[in-house]
Amino acid sequence: MKRMLISDVVQSVPPSGIRRFFDLANQLPEAISLGVGEPDFVTPWHIREACIHALETGYTSYTTNQGLPELRREIAKAFCRDYSVDYDPDDEILVTTGVSEGIDLVVRSILNRGDEVIIAEPCYVSYKPTVIFAGGSPVTVATDLKNDFRVTADQIKEKITEKTRAIMINYPNNPTGATMGKKDLEEIADVAIDYDLLIISDEIYDKLTYDGKHTCFSSLNGMKENTIVFNGFSKSHAMTGLRIGYALGNSEIIGAMTKIHQYTMLCSPITSQMAAIDALRNGDAEMEKMVREYDRRRHLIISGLNDLGLDCFWGKGAFYVFPSIASTGMTSGEFAERLLLEKGVAVVPGDVFGDCGAGFLRCSYAASRDDIKEALLRIGEFLASIERVVQYNPPISGLE
Amino acid sequence: MDLALNVLEIIENDPKINISEIASLTGRSDREIRDCIGELESNGTIRKYKTVIDWDKVNNGYVYAVIEIKVSLERETGYNVVADRISRFPEVRSVRLISGDHDLSLTVRGRSMKEVAFFVAEKIATLPQVQSTATHFVLKTYKEDGVLLHEPEHAHRLSIVP
Repeated sequence: MKRMLISDVVQSVPPSGIRRFFDLANQLPEAISLGVGEPDFVTPWHIREACIHALETGYTSYTTNQGLPELRREIAKAFCRDYSVDYDPDDEILVTTGVSEGIDLVVRSILNRGDEVIIAEPCYVSYKPTVIFAGGSPVTVATDLKNDFRVTADQIKEKITEKTRAIMINYPNNPTGATMGKKDLEEIADVAIDYDLLIISDEIYDKLTYDGKHTCFSSLNGMKENTIVFNGFSKSHAMTGLRIGYALGNSEIIGAMTKIHQYTMLCSPITSQMAAIDALRNGDAEMEKMVREYDRRRHLIISGLNDLGLDCFWGKGAFYVFPSIASTGMTSGEFAERLLLEKGVAVVPGDVFGDCGAGFLRCSYAASRDDIKEALLRIGEFLASIERVVQYNPPISGLE
Repeated sequence: MDLALNVLEIIENDPKINISEIASLTGRSDREIRDCIGELESNGTIRKYKTVIDWDKVNNGYVYAVIEIKVSLERETGYNVVADRISRFPEVRSVRLISGDHDLSLTVRGRSMKEVAFFVAEKIATLPQVQSTATHFVLKTYKEDGVLLHEPEHAHRLSIVP
């Protein structure tokens, strides 16, 4: 074939920066991995049992495009209970095949060619490509360690043009573990209202919030109509492989998203939807147990990294920490690659999640305590073996 | 989260963990943890630090049996006197008052089925309050004290996921 096979738009997106690193890590299966963006817990047994029961009793068909009515009702109930926001299960909720599909659906629903979406970075790797595939143009805002990786209303305002259609945020955040307080979010809500912009809020990590309570963006005064909230079961109930997410928002946008969803995905797998119903009805106790364990590991890893001299802020959400490796003078990629090859510890270079992630690493604490302890030990050995650009004085131990 | 609850959950699954490690997991000082555990021990919340052992893996391990007992009740003292008498035998590992056809359920441990059977026949069945006993020998233990006695399962994850 002489013609170019691949479209310009797909060609314009570079392959994910994580790809090469992924291939490298896969050659070293014995390495300890702090590089995984999914729970190390297996899905709680009662949820798996609900899956098995669904299969046994013949739930193997399509469902309505929007998802099982029972599941949508349970989701509405949960949002009413947790955040006092009312969504109509009939036309304001869409069950998707993970949040990733939902993000794709919303940008395809709202963007015309050349429309801009403001995205706070560092961010999940799919956001920018998804906007580009939809014909839009991602405009990034760089958050930084100085502000604990929170995005500010002023930063967003600076990037607004006539073409801006939406602001995309993700708190608790992958990859930094940052969270936003209610007041911070209200300032962004004001900007959205002033400039008539849609908020695309990926809140998949909402249940993994420590030392405080998560604020759902649509629960802010007047924001239900202007916000599409994304959530799912992957992180809260350790159900990544079951691929169930959902979108909540005004019926017009949810309707448009449903239109695309019905012609592409048709519906999410029914077995997984049945499992999700059980997760919402009976899953709180197991979920809270997992959250308590994540919180312990969070203390372990953040204090451990800071003790090693890798400046790491106390993120209060998700299961990631984002230590700075500026003191080593290495790039993120160089550090991560050498750490993997020389000490057998896999972490993800921060710049994979955006340019402002350069000089940082994403370490996941969705790993056993033993693995975290061993990884900290090896990172310590690695740091001792290299020459630091900035002299580091270890804390005096033995003090209580 | 309440510190005492947090500490209990940590040591319930890992009694060998040391004070500093609990401190680093909870973000508290060693002293706070020591005081917390001291209080939980002295007020009887923590009864004992125990090990779950799969005795099937040990040569000449133990034989277990669940014994259900019907008893005749005594005025005023109810079940307590007989339950207390039974509890004092070291062969008896647990004693529970239960609902249903029987009154008490015991777990008895011995070196052989014969030893357990004779213990029940001679020491338990002969107690004046005991009307009848039913002995069920344990053939295989799948889960003990919340611990599965086979290889634990792991999530089948890739080593790098965005």
